[in-house]
Amino acid sequence: MELAESLLAGNRLALARALSQVENDTSEGRQLLSALFPYTGRAHLIGVTGAPGTGKSSLVNQLARFFRQPPGGGKSSSVAIIAVDPSSPFTGGALLGDRIRMRDLAGDPGVFIRSMASRGALGGLAAAASGVALVFDAAGFEIILIETVGAGQAEVDIARLAHTTLVVETPGLGDDIQAIKAGLLEIADILVINKADQPGLEKAERALKSMLELAPSRTNGWAPPICCTIATQGIGLADLVDAIHRHRLHLDQTGEWQQRERDRLRAEMELILHAALIDRWRETIPEADYQAVLAALLERRLSPRQAVEKLLNGGLP
Amino acid sequence: MTDRKIRVLVAKPGLDGHDRGAKVVARALRDAGMEVIYTGLRQTPEMIAEAALQEDVDAVGLSILSGAHMALVPAILDLLKANGQEHVKVFIGGIIPEEDIPPLLAMGVAGVYGPGASTETIIQDIRQAVVGSQG
Repeated sequence: MELAESLLAGNRLALARALSQVENDTSEGRQLLSALFPYTGRAHLIGVTGAPGTGKSSLVNQLARFFRQPPGGGKSSSVAIIAVDPSSPFTGGALLGDRIRMRDLAGDPGVFIRSMASRGALGGLAAAASGVALVFDAAGFEIILIETVGAGQAEVDIARLAHTTLVVETPGLGDDIQAIKAGLLEIADILVINKADQPGLEKAERALKSMLELAPSRTNGWAPPICCTIATQGIGLADLVDAIHRHRLHLDQTGEWQQRERDRLRAEMELILHAALIDRWRETIPEADYQAVLAALLERRLSPRQAVEKLLNGGLP
Repeated sequence: MTDRKIRVLVAKPGLDGHDRGAKVVARALRDAGMEVIYTGLRQTPEMIAEAALQEDVDAVGLSILSGAHMALVPAILDLLKANGQEHVKVFIGGIIPEEDIPPLLAMGVAGVYGPGASTETIIQDIRQAVVGSQG
């Protein structure tokens, strides 16, 4: 494929177009993903999630700067950013504004920012986000930062996609009961309290700490650290990046990296398998039989579960 | 793809102090079902062309109030072309003197809108320009 070749050769326009094909789930996009797959598996995917207004975009901006130019003179890494914002449930339109906070990164050829609309997906990402990450991975980006939609309590898809998940909180968000609820906080590999210059920092830190003490350790003895940052001023970034590096090392040393890859690829394969099996099976059922079962369902003569049994047994007698 | 989303970059090149007009248009395009990438104030032509490339947009809307349009617009058009994005439609809004409109259109700008232009017209023009060029 021409597009895949010029993308692999480093052509940025080809990369941009490939991302669109994948995002739009075109047949060319699907072929691209297959063609590029052998070149993937090297990038470190870092998810950044948290409630709206916690400063995710500013944090991503600063993280990218840090990875590009480590202040201590460490190795510079190329950085791709996937910034997801919500689509309107009514019009399907979207206002994607994450780039506003990322203007520091303009003009750096080692950075590529792509905004995505969630397009109806409810888990905090867009359906095509994993495909888009895969394209960046194939294009050779070493770090892929994925910023989710402003998330509440249950948008946890990012933990399935990313190797390292940052959950961003701010002082003054809820009490210790909020902190022990299931969901967002549970998926954190690293907890970030951003806007640490705001009142209530100590209380927030205490609530998160006690939550972490109660939680059983999830992944081979990794204890999620709490990092305090003021993203707009770059304060606390060194500690945060250090925590990310330590998590990466932990993933490598414990075999957790392989395990996460295995879980993710298996889930992805099974998702495609589900859709393919249904498509294939639908072709074997005459449309009239399908409609007859649907009618029985509507008339409450069959429950949804009974309807499926009927369909799998070849329709109504 | 019949339901392919139209992606539009709304940008403010130059030194304008406010972006109210740009936000009104961005919001209207969003409500028309488009995906609008908004970049904020004081963008250089290079930043705009780079964003247009990375986001693979179909159209770019530039809001210019400063009077520098005859310098900024050709610079942006040249950069888009240099990046291989000559297919991207460029629309301009803001304070543009009547006599500057014909030369802007001659440069390849798809539409120019002054104060009081209806967002309906802008939406229709963008749709037509983008969908029309996809054949």
